[in-house]
Order: sequence, then C-alpha cells, then structure tokens
Amino acid sequence: MNVELKNIHKHFGKTHANRGINLTIPSGTIQGILGENGAGKSTLMKILSGFIQADPGSEVILDGKPVYMDSPASAIRYGVGMLHQDPLDFPPMRILDNFLLGLPSSFFPNRKEATQDFNLLAKEYGFSFDPENYVDSLTVGERQQLEIMRLLFLGARVFILDEPTTGISASQKEKLFATLKKFPEQGMTVIFVSHKLEDVENLCDRVAVLRGGELVGETKPPYNTSKLVEMMFGKVVTLGERQPAQTGDTVLSFQNVSLEDTRLKIKNISLDLRAGEVIGLAGLEGSGQGMFMRACAGLVRPVSGKVILKGRDLTGKSYHTFKREGVNFLPAARLEEGLVPGLSLTDHFVLAEEPKGIFIDRAAGQKLAEDRIKSFNIRGTPTSTVESLSGGNQQRAELALLQSPLSLILLEHPTRGLDIESVIYIWSKLKDRCRQDGAAIIFISSDLEEVLQYSDRLLVFFSGRVSEPIDAATTSVEQLGQLIGGKNWPEKGGAHA
Amino acid sequence: MLKTRFGGVLFQAVAFVLAMSFVSLILVAVGASPLEAYKNMLTGSVGSMRKLAEVLVSFVPLLLVTAGLLLTFSAGLWNIGVEGQIVLGAIGTTWALRYFVDSTLPPALIIALSILAGMFAGALWAAFAGILKTFGGVNEIFGGLGLNFVSTALTLYLIFGPWKREGVASMSGTEPFPDIFSLPQLPDLRISPWALGIALVAIVVVYFILQGTYFGLRIKAVGKNFRAAYLLGIPTWQYSLYSFLICGALAGAAGALQVTAVYHRLIPSISSGYGYLGLMVAMLINYQAIWAVPVAFFFAALNIGSIQLPIVLKLDSSLSGVLQGVLVLFVLLMEGVRQKFVKKV
Amino acid sequence: MNQETLLVGLAGVLAAAAPIIFAVMGETLSERAGVINLSMNGTILLTAMSGFAVAYSTDSLLLGFLAGMLIGALVALIVAFASITLKQSQVAVGFVLALTCRDLAYFLGNPFMGVAGPRLQAFPIPGLRDVPFLGPLFFRQELITYVSFLAIFLAWLWIYRTRPGLMLQGIGEKPAAAYIRGANVNLLRYVYTVIGGALIGLAGPAYSLGVRAGWMGTISGLDGIGWIALSITIFGGWNPARAAFGAYLFALLQWLGLVLQPVLTQVPSQVLQVAPFPLMILTLLLVNIGNAEWVERTLAAMPEGARKFFAKLLRTMRTSPPAALGVTFERD
Repeated sequence: MNVELKNIHKHFGKTHANRGINLTIPSGTIQGILGENGAGKSTLMKILSGFIQADPGSEVILDGKPVYMDSPASAIRYGVGMLHQDPLDFPPMRILDNFLLGLPSSFFPNRKEATQDFNLLAKEYGFSFDPENYVDSLTVGERQQLEIMRLLFLGARVFILDEPTTGISASQKEKLFATLKKFPEQGMTVIFVSHKLEDVENLCDRVAVLRGGELVGETKPPYNTSKLVEMMFGKVVTLGERQPAQTGDTVLSFQNVSLEDTRLKIKNISLDLRAGEVIGLAGLEGSGQGMFMRACAGLVRPVSGKVILKGRDLTGKSYHTFKREGVNFLPAARLEEGLVPGLSLTDHFVLAEEPKGIFIDRAAGQKLAEDRIKSFNIRGTPTSTVESLSGGNQQRAELALLQSPLSLILLEHPTRGLDIESVIYIWSKLKDRCRQDGAAIIFISSDLEEVLQYSDRLLVFFSGRVSEPIDAATTSVEQLGQLIGGKNWPEKGGAHA
Repeated sequence: MLKTRFGGVLFQAVAFVLAMSFVSLILVAVGASPLEAYKNMLTGSVGSMRKLAEVLVSFVPLLLVTAGLLLTFSAGLWNIGVEGQIVLGAIGTTWALRYFVDSTLPPALIIALSILAGMFAGALWAAFAGILKTFGGVNEIFGGLGLNFVSTALTLYLIFGPWKREGVASMSGTEPFPDIFSLPQLPDLRISPWALGIALVAIVVVYFILQGTYFGLRIKAVGKNFRAAYLLGIPTWQYSLYSFLICGALAGAAGALQVTAVYHRLIPSISSGYGYLGLMVAMLINYQAIWAVPVAFFFAALNIGSIQLPIVLKLDSSLSGVLQGVLVLFVLLMEGVRQKFVKKV
Repeated sequence: MNQETLLVGLAGVLAAAAPIIFAVMGETLSERAGVINLSMNGTILLTAMSGFAVAYSTDSLLLGFLAGMLIGALVALIVAFASITLKQSQVAVGFVLALTCRDLAYFLGNPFMGVAGPRLQAFPIPGLRDVPFLGPLFFRQELITYVSFLAIFLAWLWIYRTRPGLMLQGIGEKPAAAYIRGANVNLLRYVYTVIGGALIGLAGPAYSLGVRAGWMGTISGLDGIGWIALSITIFGGWNPARAAFGAYLFALLQWLGLVLQPVLTQVPSQVLQVAPFPLMILTLLLVNIGNAEWVERTLAAMPEGARKFFAKLLRTMRTSPPAALGVTFERD
C-alpha cells in the first residue's frame, strides 16, 4: 500500500509537535523513521494509525485516496496497523481470548474455529504459541509476534512499528526482522520507527529523519552513519574525553550474593566497588540489572551472601538503613517513584533534610530551595510543584535532593528522555558529587554509548547471568551489543563476576 | 491566581444554588413549602440560645471527627471506620467510668481519665483498620466498614448483656452515671464549654500539624505518593498508622464526650452518624483545615434545625442528610466542571 | 431438625440471597468495566423504598421492580458522569451518593412507613416442584429468585463467553488496548455502569416486595447490605460464579445465626447476628494478604519448599481487580 503524508501539522497546546511533514512511502518498502526523543516520530505515527488526529489541513493519502481516520479501529479498516512499543495486549488473559478480542466474530465466538485459525496463522509465519496459555507468561518479543498476527488477521497492509527492538532479545530481533523482510514481497508497507541507527541501517530500504517536528532529510542505502547522526542532532555530537577514575577505598562489596524473585534468579555475585568509581549496568530490560540495583539499595534482600558497605555488614537491612549509611537511589520513574507530585520544590528539600525540632522553619526552607535551584540550575521557583517542571528539571531536582555525605549513588536511566545538554550537565554534576564525597556510582542505562562513555567498569546482564566486570575503555559498542544479546559469553562464565 | 480563586468561589456558589434548588424541588414534589422548611430549620437551629447550644452539642463531635479525618485524608486514607472509632471511644469511656464509679478519686480526675480511656479505645480500633491495611492488604474502606458493624454489635451486646440496666435491658442504654461524672455545662444550656474547648483545640492543633510541622509534611508526602515518600526516607507505613491512631483518638474523644457531656451513659446509636458526616465535611472543605469550623457548624445547624420538621411540617428529619449530601455532591460535580473549564481556557 | 425443615431453611437461604445476587452481579459488571459504584448501600435503600411505593401506588409489582431498576440506573449514571466525564474520584462521589440516597429514602419513604402493600407470592414450577430434594429447594421459590439464578448464569456467560463480554474484560483491564481494538471505552463504561446500576436497583424491590416485604424506614434492616455486597464482589474476584458463591455463603451464615440462637443460649444473639462481618474481614484478609509487601519478603526468606507451597496457596486465594479499576481513560 502506498502511503502519502501531506503537510502534517499537530499542536498539543502550545507545543508544535509536527511542523508540516511531507513524506511519501511507496508500496512494498521498509521505511525507517529516525529521530531522537521528542523529534515528533511518535506523534506522526499516532496520526497515521488513527490514535490522534492531525490539525485541519493535514492529509493522509492511502493508494491515492485521501482518508480520514478517527480511531485506530478505522485505521485498521483502511489497512493501517500499529505495533506499540509496550504491546497493547491483555496480560491476564488467555492468548486465544487476547487474539479474539476485537476481531469480527459471531456473538458467541467459536473457540474451536478460532483456535484453528490462530494455529494456521502462527504456522504460516513460523511462530509457536499455545493458545490456552496466558499472555503474561510470554516475553515482550513473543507478545509483539502475537500483535503482528492479530494485525495480519485483521488485514493490515501498512505496519507501523514503534521502537520494537527495545526490550527484546537478539534472537527475537533477528526473527522479527526476518518476518518484516517478507512483508514487502506481499505488497505490504513497513514503517519502522527507532532511534537506533544500527537497526534502521540493517532493515530499512530508505530512511527519513525527523528533528524538532520537521522532516530534515531522507536517504537510501548505503547509509553514512555520521551523516545520519548529524541529521538527527543537527550537529556533530561529541561527549568529551573519557576521564580515568581516581579510585579510593572500597565502598561497597558484594560477597557471593544471590538474588531471586518470581521470574529471575541471579547467583553468586561478587564485586568490589571503590570510591570514585562508576559502574554501568547494561542489559535488556528485565535481565536482572534492576534487581541487582535494588539489592545495592537494600530494597531487595539477598537470598544468600553478604552485602558490606564501607566495612559494615548491611546484609538484610532495610532500605532506610542503607540510606542512613549514605546510599541514595534515584529511580527511573521520576513522578511515580522519585518525587511527590502536588508538593513544591521547597517541600521536597525540607523533606530530604533531617527534621530540626517539630516545626518547619519556613524561611530557612525557602532559602534552602533558592540555593539548590540556583546551584542545580533548575528552571522553577521554590513554590513550583514538581509535576509542573520539565523532565530535565525534575531530574535536576532529584540530584539536588541527594543527601550529604554520600557513599553510593544508584541511578536508573539517569538521562532517559533528556536533551543532550541536560545529559552532559547531569553527568558533570554526578562526577562532582563523586569526587567531593568519595562516593561511587552504579547506573543502569539502555543507551550503550552512555554506558561506555561514563562508566569505568561495566557489568552486563543477560537473563539473570552477570558478566565479569568489563573495562569500559577497551570495549566497543558492537562487543557490548553482542553481550547484551547473549552472544560471546564464556561457556560457564558469569558465575563469579 | 486571584482569578482562579475567585473562579473557584463562583463555582462553589453555583453548586450551592443548584443544591438548594434540587432540594427545593424535592420538597415541592412531596407537597411541602421549601420556604417554610428552610425557615423552620433556621429558627430550629439558631433561633434561640437554647437551640444554638444544641447546635454546639452536635458541632463538638462533628468537628473532632473532621479534625481527625483531615489527617487520614492527608495520608491518602479513606478512614470510613471512623464511625466505629467514635463508638469505641464511648465504650472505652463508659468502661472507665464504671470502673471508677465507686472509687475515691476526685471526679474531675475520673472524667479526665475516662476521656483518655475513650481516646485510647478509639485509637485502638483505628489501629485495627490500619494494621489490616498495611499488613493485610485489606482496603481501609472495607476493613473500616466491617469494624463499624462489629462496634455497633459490641454496643448492643454490652447494653443488653454485661452492662444491662437494673431490671430490664432496653434500647435506652445503660444506667446513667451520677451527675458528678458529667462535664460541667453552662447554666440552663446543655453545652459544656469544656467539650467545645477540646474540639476547638483539636482542630487548631491539626491545622498546625498540617501547615507547619515536619510530621504533617511527611503525612502529606505519604498520602500523595507512598512509594516516593518511602524512597525519600520517610518511614511510610508508620506514618499511615500514626494518622490512623490520631484520627482514632480524636474520634474516640468525640465518643467520650458523647458519654461525659451529652448522654451520661452508653446508648445504642451513640455515634449518631457523626463519623460519616465528618467524611462529608472533610470532602466539602476539600481537606482544608481552615474551613472546618464554619462548615461543621453549618452541618450541625442543619442536623438540629431538622429535628422539629416532623412535628411542625410532618416531614422526616432526614431532610438534613439529604441537604448535606446533595450539597457535597454538587460541589464535587462543580469542581469537575471547573477543572474541565480551566483546562479548556 | 428433620430433612424437610432443613430443605425449607436452605430454600429460604436461596431466596434471601437473591437481592444480594442482583447487587453483586451489577457491581461486578460495573467494576469489570473499570467503574466502582460505591453508592450501592444507598441505592438499595432508595430502590427498596421507591419500588415499594410505586408498587403500592399502582398496585403493580412489575412497575415496582421497573422503578427500582430505573432509579438504580439513574444513580449509577451520576457516578459515571462524575467519574468518566468530570474525572472526579469515584470513591468520593459514590460515598456521598451512598449517604444521600439513604437519607432520601428515609425522607421520601415517610408516608409509606409500615403500610401493608403488595408482595410477591411463591411461584412453584409445575412438574419440577415435586422432584424430591431439588423441588423444595429450587422450584418453589418466588419469581424474583428464579430471576436471580438466571442473572448469575447470564452474567457469567456474558463476561466469559460472548464477544462483547471479552471487550468488557478488555476495557477494565487495559483501556488503551481495548481502544485500538475498536472499543469506544468511555461509552461502554457508561453503558455497563448504568446496566450494573439497574441490576443493583433490582436488589431494593427484591427486598421490599419479596424477602422483607414492606417499608419500615430506618428499622427496615437494609442499611449495611450494600456494603456487604461490595465486599462480596471483591471476595468473588469479579467472577459472577465465585461472587454468587460468596452471596450464598453470606446468606447461609445469617441463617445459621438465626437457627443456632436457641441452641447456643450462652452466646448473646447480637454476637451471632454480627458473625458474618468479622468473617467478611477475614475473607478479605485472605484474598488480599498475598498483595502485601511483607508477605513477599517473608516468602523470600523461607526455604525453597515452604516458599513454593505458601506462594501457591496465596496465589489460589488471591483475587486481583481489573487493572484499570478506577482509572480514567484518555486517548492521549
């Protein structure tokens, strides 16, 4: 199916998310859409999939006919289907019910017939599912396959995939790409949205790059990576020279620690972390790095082994004990876990201090807030509620809440969704704190370049296995990418990281 | 800022007018004159010193309960069990008075101890709901409701069982205590200045707790985002429990004053729905302590004003409940309309 | 107690549970769609009063039941409007309505206090009524009791076996996913809340025209039933079959309280009457405790065998609500 987007505009309040985008995608191609966070990719795709409607004057033309799609359901009737980054399915349902839901069928769906249809379709595309199993037992990659099947069954001719390679394994990615590469032969169009250059280069017949809500360029293979990067960011990005760590005494030591939750087991981690050191944790989402970090914070209790912080055995102690000993944890979900929406910046700074007496000294709180706002360059006032701040400023506020003195800073995706300027600022602040307090940093990031750039050593997680600490300076993005995907691991390695 | 505040007041005024119109329609529908009814309620509540004193008698427990609920609401908790906490307060006080009735201690001390016993019992009952919530995962609404029923049954059991009156047990309650165990009242009026004082002190203390203390700020943080509050280092479940305990103690004080200042005995419906009414007051004032006194007074006036409706106009006294409920409902609805309106502009 | 009186007693339990069945089925449908209708306690009282008043005034039982359903639907419509359109707290609006409708019932019901009105008669089903054992138990009931049996079956069938029922599960679980599958989420939520409200509205007349015929104002003994029905909905895990089991269990316990009273003379009657309430708290504790954080921590510290056993036990007991219960849905 031939897709033509003409003069697409979209405003959200004052934000102009799409600024007159014109793009033609011929039938039977795999079109890549590249752009950093906030470039307008998602908005454009939501418009094409009927999830939201563009401003008047914008046009979507399919096979030469202008169409108006007021919902995803009407989009799929025109043959446009979208696979969302977080699969929009129903985890507690049976796979068959999840598949049936929303499909045209009789009033009492015939489960036997539906099972046959389902199995047939799965076979055709080389997927294997037990239709009576539950969706929540599947991996993200399998849930994507399930959604693809559903869209195929509904007759989709245009497939939009939004960051589909986040959170799936390397082998599932290969399978996904193999499936997608078959589509053009059948006259289908694939639109692949990503900010991962490598994926786009491997898969797409052509690439369009968005920046600041505008289409800034289109290219075809062979791709010139540095040119793509320049188009994405509007400038050549350099993150500055790596600085070797000045390490001091051991801050944190894991001795044969084993961790466990309902889905995952990590066995026998041993690690010594020294003051001033930065350790990056890499791995696909849900490979165990989150559990490891929560164990460092005292939020997860080890099943066995010892956790020693600055010579004190803290095994099995609570998060608040860890915190008193100078361990601070900054979770990824800022407004859900990190900050309290509805409270002002002043309130937050007062809460983070040790109470002095019973009554709050308002004037002192105000002064404290003003100082912190200035020294952390937060765009906001002492009375601003945290939810009124932008993401970058929320992250700065979280940094401003770090207690003093510190021995260990734990960060989950510290720069996710932030612009490059904020990223550089936040890392410089973090490194400062490290030097001042003699603290160490452990952070999780799905951005491989960030992991390599800012850590001294790194640990790679793959479905509960943990690598030996790896020297970041001598590792390339490719090597790291393969480890994350489960390749090139030593036969029985990881047991004594 | 001024504009939005003015807008807020405007929407509340509209809500008030709508509520009054709605209730007037109901009155017309049952063939009564709304004006007559409202006039009766007005004269029945503030028409004389005597009536005003009655309003204050009803105002005291309502204000105490509202004060407590402001804390649990701030902690993000729907303490529906407050009704039972009042009952337990009354039971605790009655128990203590029965225990001390023959002692040689000075009566003032006995009264004070009995009120403390009531506060303790109320806090204990609230702690049940709190523990069910924090350690059992039982939503405080359902735990609290269940405990309310149990507390009512407990009262009936005590009145008809171990604490029954000489001769025959009856719905009129336990044997009244001697006058020396009552809080002193104003001459010729039923209101005890002591009870009024306790209630006013309670709301002032709660106001300052919420406005200016570390404790209050922490409670608010727990209420607005439990998870983030925990990660910021606040002992969250302890603070949830503290708010339950204080609310329970204040509700217990309400029950204790019902015994020592109003009924002088334990009666089956000792809590008189003040707990549920307190929840409505807290909702109506949008959880702002500063408005608690006037609104609680207004609700108390409606309660007392409606008492003579059955005699004078042959209308059921539950009209006050209808009026209060409809008022809160329209204020909630208009708040929704206002938010929609603000968003659009 | 001989077999015959036992059967009559148990048949009475089935009849006594009928109003609760309607309320629980209505609430289950509403909550499945994502809307908590907390007004239930007031709705039941208001519909009991108005159902009786209408039946008394028109001398038509049918109109009485219809009036109940209409008023139940109207109250639910207010909940839906406040929560879906105005995005206010469902709990707050529901709670206010619970109190307001109760007082409105007492206020408007004043003229009907204690008057003798029409009531349902037993409607034995010819043929089936004489089947040994089953006949006296199931087939000598009032018409409304048969309808309650039907309501359980239909609610179950609808949710688990029909195409719209699948969508109903979807809008309560993940509205965005239901939306991309073609559901008009907010419209459906309105529809199910109102239908649920109409079912809840059947509970009132089922009392005032059946099980506890007449209107007695504050001493009707109906205040509190709605809260019980809410707990049974949770106990039922939003599954009509399991919820019906809870409703019958509750009615059975109340009946046992009455039957055992003469036997257990040393236990005051008030204690037996109230026995279902602590039991209700206990069952809620059992179905919820698996969600508590300390349980997870304690489990993690146990040896593997014990951990697996307890984890499995807790999982079987636990019920988890529709994921989007009480969550508003917006497209962007």
